[in-house]
Amino acid sequence: MLSRVADSCYWLSRYIERAETSARILDVNMQLLLDLEDSSPEAIQRHWQPVLATLEDQELFTKTYDTITADAVMEFVTFDKKNPSSIVSCIGNARENARTVREQISSEMWEQLNRTYLYLRDGGGRHDFQDSPIDFYRRLVDILHGFQGTTDATMTHGEGWDFLQLGKYLERADSATRVLDIKYHILLPKGEQVGGHVDVTQWMAVLRSCSAMEAYFKINVGHVSGWQVAEFLVLHDEFPRSIRFCVDRVDGALHRISGCDRAHFSNEAERLSGMLKSNLGYTTIESVFQQGLHQFLDQTQARLNEISAAATKTYCYWMDESAQTQVQA
Amino acid sequence: MYSPLVSAHAGKKLYEQKPALHLQKPASVALKDCELMKGLFKDYEVGDFFDEMFSAPGQVRPHYDLLYQRFQEMEVDEFERKCALAEKSYLNQGITFTVYSGDEGTERIFPFDLIPRIIPGKEWEHVERGLVQRLTALNMFLHDVYHDQRIVKEGLIPSEIVNSAKHFRPEFMGFDVPRNIYIHVCGTDLIRDRQGNYTVLEDNGRCPSGVSYVLENRQAMKRVFPKLFTKYAVRPVDRYAQDLLAALRYCAPGGNPDPTVVVLTPGIYNSAYFEHSFLARSMGIEIVTGNDLVVQNSRVYMKTTKGLKQVDVIYRRIDDDFLDPTVFRKDSVLGVPGLVEAYSKGYVALANSIGTGVADDKVTYYYVPKMIKFYLGEDPILPNVDTYLTSDDTERKYVLDNLEKLVVKAANESGGYGMLIGPHATKEQVEKFRAAIIADPRGYIAQPVINLSRSPSFCDGAIEGRHIDLRPYIISGEKTSIIPGGLTRVALRKGSLVVNSSQGGGSKDTWVLDGEEED
Repeated sequence: MLSRVADSCYWLSRYIERAETSARILDVNMQLLLDLEDSSPEAIQRHWQPVLATLEDQELFTKTYDTITADAVMEFVTFDKKNPSSIVSCIGNARENARTVREQISSEMWEQLNRTYLYLRDGGGRHDFQDSPIDFYRRLVDILHGFQGTTDATMTHGEGWDFLQLGKYLERADSATRVLDIKYHILLPKGEQVGGHVDVTQWMAVLRSCSAMEAYFKINVGHVSGWQVAEFLVLHDEFPRSIRFCVDRVDGALHRISGCDRAHFSNEAERLSGMLKSNLGYTTIESVFQQGLHQFLDQTQARLNEISAAATKTYCYWMDESAQTQVQA
Repeated sequence: MYSPLVSAHAGKKLYEQKPALHLQKPASVALKDCELMKGLFKDYEVGDFFDEMFSAPGQVRPHYDLLYQRFQEMEVDEFERKCALAEKSYLNQGITFTVYSGDEGTERIFPFDLIPRIIPGKEWEHVERGLVQRLTALNMFLHDVYHDQRIVKEGLIPSEIVNSAKHFRPEFMGFDVPRNIYIHVCGTDLIRDRQGNYTVLEDNGRCPSGVSYVLENRQAMKRVFPKLFTKYAVRPVDRYAQDLLAALRYCAPGGNPDPTVVVLTPGIYNSAYFEHSFLARSMGIEIVTGNDLVVQNSRVYMKTTKGLKQVDVIYRRIDDDFLDPTVFRKDSVLGVPGLVEAYSKGYVALANSIGTGVADDKVTYYYVPKMIKFYLGEDPILPNVDTYLTSDDTERKYVLDNLEKLVVKAANESGGYGMLIGPHATKEQVEKFRAAIIADPRGYIAQPVINLSRSPSFCDGAIEGRHIDLRPYIISGEKTSIIPGGLTRVALRKGSLVVNSSQGGGSKDTWVLDGEEED
C-alpha cells in the first residue's frame, strides 16, 4: 500500500473518532447543564471551562470569544471552521483524506462521509442544532457509528483497514484519557464532598460521555465512585472504550500490518505499543491512583503520541527525513 | 420457501420481453402542427438548426419516438423532481469540482441534462470507423514526425509547421515508444453541421478528460429513467476501464505480462481529480501523486508501507510540461525528478507518450485529412471543418477581412479558451485577435461559424433547443476501441455555441442504440 494512502487512512479514522468524542462531550455537558442549580454566569463558566481544557482548545477560544458561555463553547467546538479540531473541521479533514484514498475505501464509506460533511456544511445540521443541540449531537454520534459499521461491513479487512483501526483506537484511547481528565479540571462547588451528590453526578457524566454507564452498572451495581469509574475506563478488558481495550487493538493492528508475531516487535511502534499494552495489563487501579490519576493520564497520552509518531515514521515517512506529518494536537 | 429468489427469476421475463428497437418499427410520429406537441415539448421550437430529435416542427425522428411518448406523460414538476434527484446523487457521491473564491472552496456539480442524446446504431458505425481511421493516421504521423519525417520531406506538411508546434519535443527524435503507440487515449470532438453530417472539430491527444462523466451520467440515467432506459436497447459503456487497463498493460516495457500500472494525478485540488480517482478505482490500480514516486537507477518506484515498488506503466494526467522538473518546467512540483530519463531509457511507459501535442495542434489539425490519405491511402471518413491557416498569406488576408464572420482559435489552447466567435464578439475583442494574428500568424486558425446541432434540453423550467457536440474516447492498445457514444456536451446558455464546462456547458448521456433500426 502506498505510504501516503496509509497515512490518509490513519488520519481519516482519527478525525472521525475525534469528531465523535467532541460530540459526546458536548452532549453530556449540555445534559449536565440542565441539572445545574446555580445558573450565574460564573457557574456557567465553571461548567464549560473543563470542556475547553479537555480538548486543549482554550488558547484559541479566548482569541475569538470574550466570555465562556454555553453558546460560545458549542459554536467553537462544533461549527467554528477556524478551530482546527471543531467537529466541522474534523469531518472536513476526514473527508479530504478520504478523497485521496477513494480507491482504498468503499464507495459506501465515502458517500456516507460525504453526506455527513454536506449535512454539517450547509445541509440540515445547523437547523437541527438550533432545534435541539442534544438531539443534534446524538444524531451525529449515530451517523459516525454508522460510518464505523459501514467500514466493517464493506471494506476489505486488509492493510488499509488496519490503518483505519490503528487510527481509530489510538484516537479513542487518547479521548478516554481526556474524558477522564475532565474530572480533574472540574472543581467541586464549595461545601460539596467527594462522593457527595455533585461528585457522583460528575462521574456519571464521565461514564455517559463514553457510552459506558450501562456497562459500568453491570459490574458496579448501584454504586458510583471515582475510583471505580477510573478502573472501568482505564482497565476493563472488554469494554470497547477502555484504554486497555483500545491499546490492545492498537497493538493488534500494528502487528497485523507488519505480520510480526504479537509476542515480539519488528519496529519501534510495535515495541512502544507492546510495552504500553503490558503495563496496562499488569497494573492495578491502586497503583494508578498512587501515581496520581492526572499524572497517569498525562503520561499515557504522551505514550500514545509516541506510538503514533513511530508508526507514521515507519510506514508513511520512512523516506523523507523532513517528515511533513499532518498537524494535530 | 425461497420466494424472493423465485420472484427474482420471474423478473427475468421483463428482460426477455424487452423489444429490440428494430423489431418494433415505430412509425414516425407525424403531427399536424406544433399544438399537437404535448406536455414538456409544447413550446419547443425546432429553429433553423439540425435538431437531433425533430426533423421538422412536430416531426419526431423515429429513434426519439419512445422518449417523446414518455415525456408527453410528464409534467414540469415531475421532471424538476427528477433533475433534483440526479443532482443530489452527484453531490452525495462527490462527483464535483471545486470553485475557489475567497478562503473557502465551493463544490459544484457539472450540470447534467436529463434528456439523452440518442444515436442510431448505423450512424454510430460510421462515426466509429471514421474515428479509428483518424487515430490510426495520427499515431502514424507521430511516429513519422519523431523519426524520418517522410510527410515533411514529401512536401505534405511544411517543416516549419512541425518544428514550431508548441508541443513538439525534438529531444525525442528517433525515440521508439513501446508498441509504437503514441496516443493511447484520444478525445476527438465531433459536431454535426446543418445537414447533420458528423464533422471533426478538434482532436485532444494529450490528456483528454471527461470520460468519467460518460460513465456516471449513464448510472444517473438508469436510476432516474429506468423504464425508458429498458425500452431502448442502449449499448453499454461499462467496459471503458477494462479497455483502458488492457491498453496500458499492453505497452508495459519489455512486454512484462504482469506490470504495475498507476494513474498519476496532480492531486485533489485538480478539477479533474474526481475522474482520476474514478478511473483508478474502476481499473483497480493505485492513484499516485508526484510525491509518491521516486526515481532510482532510472527506474520509477512508488513509496509503499513495505518499501519501494517498481512502476511499469504510468497513465499520467499531467501535461508534459509538469512531468519532470529536471527536464521540463523547473517550477513544477507535480512531477517526478528523473521520470523523463527513466522513460527515455525504456524502463517505464507513459500514456499518453511525451510529445503527442504536436498532433493536436490546431494547425496540424488542418493537415489530418491529408495525413489519412498519405499514410493509409484512404479518403477520410469524417471530414474536418473548413479551416483557414493564418500562416498562409492569402488565407490570412481573407481571415482578417472577415473576422466578424469567423471563429478564430489559438493553435494550442483548449477548454474553450483563446477563442473568438466573430458574430458574438465586441469590436474590441475582434481587434485584439486581429493584432494577435498579425503578430503570430502560426498561432491561430480560423473557421466559419458552424451552428452545431441542437438537442432538446431542460433549462429554466422548459425544454428548449441547445447546441451540442460529442467527444468520443478512443483507446489504442492491441486494438483500437471506442465505447459507444461518448460525452455529449451541451451549451446550456441560450444561443451559446461554447460547450466547455468552464463556460456554462453541461453534459448529457449519449445512447447508442443496438441493432439495425431504420431511420
